[in-house]
Amino acid sequence: MRDLVSEMASCLSVDGVRISRKGKVLLDVSQLSLDGPGPTLILGPNGSGKSLLLRCLHGLIVPDRGQVRQDGVVLNANHKARQGMVFQQPVLLRRSVAANLDFVLKRQGFSRRLRKSRIEGLLAEGGLDGKARQSARSLSGGEAQRLAILRALALDPETLFLDEPTSALDPNATQMIERMILRASSRSVRIVMVTHDIGQARRLAADIVMMQGGHVVEHGVAKQVLDAPESDAARRYLAGGLVT
Amino acid sequence: MQGFASEFSSALSLILNGDAELWAIVLLSLKVSVFAVLISALIGMPVGAALAVARFPGRRVLIVLMNALMGLPPVVVGLLVYLMLSRSGPLGVLELLYTPTAMIIAQVVLVTPIVAALTRQVVEMLAEEYSEQLRSLGVSRLASVPVLLWDARLALLTALLAGFGRAIAEVGAVIIVGGNINHVTRVMTTTIALETSKGNLALALALGAILIGIAVAVNAMVSTLSLRAEQEGLRHA
Repeated sequence: MRDLVSEMASCLSVDGVRISRKGKVLLDVSQLSLDGPGPTLILGPNGSGKSLLLRCLHGLIVPDRGQVRQDGVVLNANHKARQGMVFQQPVLLRRSVAANLDFVLKRQGFSRRLRKSRIEGLLAEGGLDGKARQSARSLSGGEAQRLAILRALALDPETLFLDEPTSALDPNATQMIERMILRASSRSVRIVMVTHDIGQARRLAADIVMMQGGHVVEHGVAKQVLDAPESDAARRYLAGGLVT
Repeated sequence: MQGFASEFSSALSLILNGDAELWAIVLLSLKVSVFAVLISALIGMPVGAALAVARFPGRRVLIVLMNALMGLPPVVVGLLVYLMLSRSGPLGVLELLYTPTAMIIAQVVLVTPIVAALTRQVVEMLAEEYSEQLRSLGVSRLASVPVLLWDARLALLTALLAGFGRAIAEVGAVIIVGGNINHVTRVMTTTIALETSKGNLALALALGAILIGIAVAVNAMVSTLSLRAEQEGLRHA
């Protein structure tokens, strides 16, 4: 286990990243640096490039040009191994709840005894104790998403990416997920999360990246961006106007 | 009409009284087909899974070819295996012709494309669903193969049962390479063909009833497993 309390969260930066398909620019971010404490939330309308940026930061998509860096070094396999990602629709293996966690721990080379105790700890953290042997596919939406987050946290990540993890959940389930995210953040795990929910951004974000048309139109301290946005696009989005 | 009734009655009596010859034939049929399906699984599943996850030039052509091989005519397979195993053939020195092993080889040739094609289809669908998540967890394409095979186990069992259904009901290939030798290579289908031509309908009917029973049982298992696999998928959606 890394010494999470004493460590600072890792720093992510984007330098001249551009992705285009069939002549259309989908993502064009000249400079972006995620180095402050606390969760970063990415907001913007559908098709603004939020999920694409997230996938770029995690190395799931290689940009046509430009680079993503972690702590000043171009993103590499070692960095990726210390990152976790949770998708909008949790993708759980067709196995038991415990086996989903065991899968990632086993890949990291944990002994059987360590895996067992780690799984127990993780299940307790996610409020899933007692469900270890249940089929992961039979969990409710909220439970499934919690398990997906636990599986990502089992990797002991430096960075956790979340792509609209609560978009299909009720307020109770959302609250449980938000608590898990804040707990991880307090342990110096860098949180980068996409959301459409402005209320959620107010509850969680330390800083906010506002996107539109594949560009970052604003990036700043959450309170400032939410209460006094500088860009027109951010103002209209936050006012509930139709931004395309 | 009375003749038919008496043949049915004799057939029933053969089954219920545990006729040694009848059950020896059933046992050999099961042995040959089960072995053939197991070998087909060992070859077909990794091949199908590899085709599902790998990307290389000519992949689509291979998939079309594999799908086409699912409909191989058994007699043609029998002929080809015969030519390979006959004394003047490349594998003649092994002296396998007219043995249960030759029958297993013929059935493996028939069943492997079925197992491989169905595996490819099932694994490709699952790979699409798992792709980003597995990459996020640092699982390479090659390492994803066993993960996908395990998670598709219910659907793959269905593929194996489909292969078993094809093998156990097959007659053309095994009669050519097995020779239908009494107590050596005589299986249910070849015995039915022979006994019918001899007019010994009781044994043919008894074996036919058992064969139909096996086919129904296999199909029932396929349906149950398909339903369970579908429910697993739906639950997630």
